Amino acid sequence: MSVPTGPPLVELRGVSRSFGGVQALSDVDLRLRAGEVHALVGENGAGKSTLIKVLTGVHQPDAGQIVFEGEEQRIGSVHAAQALGIAAMYQEPSVFLDLSVAENIYAGRRPRGPLGSVDWSRMNAEAGAVLAELGVDFGPEAPVRGLGVADRQLLEIAKALSVNARVLIMDEPTSALSPREVENLFQVTRRLRDQGVAIAFVSHRLEEVNEIADVVTVLRDGRHVATQRASDLTQAEIVRLMVGRSLDTLFPKEETEIRDVALELRGFTRHGVFSGVSFAVRRGEILGLAGLVGAGRTEVARSLFGIDPYDSGDVLLGGKPFRPRSPRAALRRGLAYLPEDRLGQGLVQLMSVAANCSMAVLPRLTRGGVLRPWLERRLARRFIEQLRIRAYSPGQVVQTLSGGNQQKVVLAKWLAAEPGVLILDEPTRGVDVGAKADVHLTISQLAARGLAIVLISSELPEVLGMSDRIVVLREGRVTAELDRSAATSERVMEAALGAATAA
Amino acid sequence: MTAARLSLQTVATAAFRLRELGIAIALLVAIAIFAVQAESFMTVGNWRNISVSVAVVLAVAVGQTMVVLTRNIDLSVGSIVGLSAFISADTLSTHHGLPIAGVAAIAVAVGIACGLFNGLLVTVGRVPAIIATLGTLYIFRGLVHEVSGGTQVLAFELPASFKAFALREVLGIPALAVIAIAVAVLGAAMLRWTHWGRDFYAIGSNPEAARLAGIPVARRVLLAFTISGGLAGLGGFMFAARFAGVSASSGSGFEFDVISAVVIGGVNVFGGVGTVLGAALGALLIAVIENGFTLLKINEFWKTAFQGFAIVTAVTVDALVTRRIQEALRQRRRREARDAARAEASA
Repeated sequence: MSVPTGPPLVELRGVSRSFGGVQALSDVDLRLRAGEVHALVGENGAGKSTLIKVLTGVHQPDAGQIVFEGEEQRIGSVHAAQALGIAAMYQEPSVFLDLSVAENIYAGRRPRGPLGSVDWSRMNAEAGAVLAELGVDFGPEAPVRGLGVADRQLLEIAKALSVNARVLIMDEPTSALSPREVENLFQVTRRLRDQGVAIAFVSHRLEEVNEIADVVTVLRDGRHVATQRASDLTQAEIVRLMVGRSLDTLFPKEETEIRDVALELRGFTRHGVFSGVSFAVRRGEILGLAGLVGAGRTEVARSLFGIDPYDSGDVLLGGKPFRPRSPRAALRRGLAYLPEDRLGQGLVQLMSVAANCSMAVLPRLTRGGVLRPWLERRLARRFIEQLRIRAYSPGQVVQTLSGGNQQKVVLAKWLAAEPGVLILDEPTRGVDVGAKADVHLTISQLAARGLAIVLISSELPEVLGMSDRIVVLREGRVTAELDRSAATSERVMEAALGAATAA
Repeated sequence: MTAARLSLQTVATAAFRLRELGIAIALLVAIAIFAVQAESFMTVGNWRNISVSVAVVLAVAVGQTMVVLTRNIDLSVGSIVGLSAFISADTLSTHHGLPIAGVAAIAVAVGIACGLFNGLLVTVGRVPAIIATLGTLYIFRGLVHEVSGGTQVLAFELPASFKAFALREVLGIPALAVIAIAVAVLGAAMLRWTHWGRDFYAIGSNPEAARLAGIPVARRVLLAFTISGGLAGLGGFMFAARFAGVSASSGSGFEFDVISAVVIGGVNVFGGVGTVLGAALGALLIAVIENGFTLLKINEFWKTAFQGFAIVTAVTVDALVTRRIQEALRQRRRREARDAARAEASA
């Protein structure tokens, strides 16, 4: 296939952007040409989303230039991007469920009739024409609430078509689609490309990248790593470019005695979210749950803990069957879950360390329904010591602690319930480096004391360093189970991406 | 399969769009029952009563509908009604020559000022609407007390022309009802035909998507509150005309009647769904029940309780129907996907 090599339609030069000290993009170059599908790939947090948001005017770069048709432009708002003909469609289509298809297509720029009123007949007719061109089987007046995800994606494309978009950004458009729907989407994509639209395509499915992309750009840690013709790259090479970094952080996993099975899942399924998930964790063992954001790791944990429902499958706790119904029931059986969103779900910020620690075990600290504060303080002091929480007293308000110490308070809350199985969801996200090592050490020591630990983490080095075994999820299914000795960045990443391992 | 798909989609469309139908049916049933049970119910005089009592609620409910569509709420409308009623009537009592339209203009201006204040609190001050307008409910009511200094504007202080206005009729319809109908028709047209009116739906349906679509969300929300304030001001004028007198507590608790009408009328408190027609039917349903219960001499407790029952029923039925339809659509999609996969596998 001949790849056009003319001047780029839109070009990013040395674009940087940081968020509160985190460098999301640094000095990134990107050239999108008309009539070309340009794939953007990278790990979680590599900077793909930020890059897209810079192009669509959601974020402004701290440094660098955006050049559109040879002229430098400042894309200061979503409107400005639209005016240049840059349209975007996202993984989760951002639609108005309560409005009709035509209104969704023309939101914010409905055709005007006499007196500046909304020209419904023209809007429906024009939307109908666009939909007919796409060959979809829903009309302009259908309510969007009745459409499926695939149809909503097509709706987003219709939106882009209707503005005569010259640049179309597709952010993981296929993640919720069936193979047939993906093929449908790709046909439309190719047609747009042949009409001279520049397309940026973000996807975690490398086989799709191979199928649709003309050019591939790899990002890693907010930096541009490589841009090459898609035909010159194998999936294995893309994976290597994505993960290519040394394990420079030390993760102290102690050798522990691994005992009997504490938790076992068999064919755990929630329709449309995860299916047939099976794994077992033993006492003293850390099981890493790896995968991309959205692969279903958190969802499995939430259903297991009884927060969300599940449809089928068996769970065994300590060898006895367990039916997840509610967090309360799970806790009673010795299963604890430390949620990803620690500030939202894990802690009451304005309460003291002691009050947070005792939250899950209050009945044990009361007599006749009256709380005995000295027991609560004793409990808190024990965990402050054991987990090395930097708090001057059990009465200190949680909000005044650092991120790492807050995380330890959450940990203390669940440990107070004396669980046999502990699920940790991204325990070190947003925690600074020093505190991170501390949290790792704590986790390791807990395993050594005989807890079974399930560690969900999006940081490959953390999973690789901490886990005795790694289960990789991809799109809600287990795609690999690797022993500590067999696990490498490449193998985990390949399983997470579904890359062809033979390549 | 195409036929089945079409029919289900058509049904879904109809069900989503015809929320008003259910309320209309409930209204007709209520009217039929009262017509049989209470002999004076179906008289011209009684319907004149009903229409005048609906009128004030309806005018204010049109503005409230717009606010609720944007996923906000305006609790302060009762106080705005009181404040604008008092200021306009008080001005009239000292300036007897003031034309009726001038009185109305003063009331609306007071309302717009109040609404603008609410809107700024919500958009610039980022105070959640329920809190902001709860605060201004008390602030505006406090202002009425301050302005009135504990006095009332009594009927004898108002000019005869003003008192005659409320009794005037156009084609047999009381003037106040005509105003309310005009407001409702205009409001419905704006929600359907203006860009900012459609934006209200978009904002309430998905604020984030509205922002991404380039809709000026803050400006629209500000507009909704301003309109709601202005119409509450107009409601104040109508209130003063109807009762030919205003006290410092006039309009207290009125916000509940307005919000009840809006909610019973199928306007979703989470935004994005609802029409002026629905709110109007809701207001009418409340007024008819109130009137019918009074005629049947059913005691106050049951009258009030029944209003609450109507709210809970309306919202519950609405939620159940929506969920049912969504579930049906979801199931069908899954079935289709399975069929397609099977067809692919066998091919």
